[in-house]
Amino acid sequence: MKNRWEHVVGLFGLVLLLVGSWQGLFLAPPDRFMGDVMRIMYVHVPTAWSTLLVFTMVFFVAIGWLWRGTWGWDALQEAGIEVGVVLGCLLLCQGSIWARPTWGVWWDWDPRLTTTAVLVLAFGAILALRTFVDEPKRRATWTAVAAIIAYVDVPIVYFSVRWWRSLHQVQSSPSTVDGTMVTPLRINAFALLFLAIWFVVRRYRIARKRLDAEMTELEAA
Amino acid sequence: MELVYQCVNVLRKDLLQQWRARARLAAVGVFGLTTLLLFSFANGPDTLMLRANAAGYLWLALLLCSTLSLAESFRIEMQNGALEGLLLLPTDPRAIYYGKALANLAVLTVLGVGLIPVMVGLYDTSIPGGVVPLAGVIALGSAGLVAPGTLYSALSARARGSDVLLPLLLFPLVVPALLSSVKATSLILAGDPMHQLPSWLGLLAAFNVIYWSLCGLLFGRVVED
Repeated sequence: MKNRWEHVVGLFGLVLLLVGSWQGLFLAPPDRFMGDVMRIMYVHVPTAWSTLLVFTMVFFVAIGWLWRGTWGWDALQEAGIEVGVVLGCLLLCQGSIWARPTWGVWWDWDPRLTTTAVLVLAFGAILALRTFVDEPKRRATWTAVAAIIAYVDVPIVYFSVRWWRSLHQVQSSPSTVDGTMVTPLRINAFALLFLAIWFVVRRYRIARKRLDAEMTELEAA
Repeated sequence: MELVYQCVNVLRKDLLQQWRARARLAAVGVFGLTTLLLFSFANGPDTLMLRANAAGYLWLALLLCSTLSLAESFRIEMQNGALEGLLLLPTDPRAIYYGKALANLAVLTVLGVGLIPVMVGLYDTSIPGGVVPLAGVIALGSAGLVAPGTLYSALSARARGSDVLLPLLLFPLVVPALLSSVKATSLILAGDPMHQLPSWLGLLAAFNVIYWSLCGLLFGRVVED
């Protein structure tokens, strides 16, 4: 099987997700105030970490394209943006499912929620931008520029709960969370990370093949 | 020093173009006025609610006007290869960016200040904070809109579906600027007993510093490819 390493990473991520979710659902105790609703945190928090990590990768890849101009960077930024947007949408959906029984609403105009929605929309718009530009080099450069500009929102998302009085809770640390809750959270954090790597690499290979086909077509024309 | 000289020349050229096409500027102003009017139709004749939301309506009208004026800013440069000509002079891309952004800022500030009496008339608002501070907030908020807007208009003017692309890229990005501009304007219109205005102006200023420097830095890559 070609490209076996990434499938191993993906499979390992899937197994970790099953183990972490099983621990989170059946072994970890319910939260004192939120009860069983809190268990969604075992996928929600790792999804948030993965989203921010993937967008951070896109930021560095975008700089890489502007600096070196190698086509691999462009395929990687396309893959990263697409996976980041999917993860971001998942994050918002999970947050809404949790917010309904906890806050009584599906959505609140809280700084953390608003900045996350802005982040997903800003990177989603870059995907739209790519479909509107035919010339590959121009498309890659504009994607990189737009990705660097959109990335400014990532630190704002992370620090929004500290900078403003937010309904969303601030980041916890392992010292303030019970050990039985930390373990599934850590397992799922690695699970989502490995799955994100698998998705990005798979998407990168498709983007690379499309780019090669586009180049061949352009050379033939 | 050469950069400043070039920037001033681009600014002068753009302002002259705006003056010569002032009928178009007036049309954008009428569009803003119509938008303010439509908000009152959409929400009904509840004067108290209209007054309470006046700042939000003013900024939404200005945001919609900005997409029209920003799109025009680079559309005219695409005719007869004007942008290529400007770059071949040679003009530093940063000078083009800052000159055009300042011209866009001037246009949007004039439009915003022009919409103040319309807002006062339609929504029955008073301005206890003063017209000059309100004009200052409009200028600062407009700067937040034009900083990424000028870069994105350069980009969308050369892409397919530019009419859709500019608002699609710009609107999510300017949410922090829009939010702080609306809050600051509300505080000027309704009074600021808790002294919250400086913190919102600080956020707006930080947004401007980040995007005016970042977009100026990246503009060269957008036009030179």
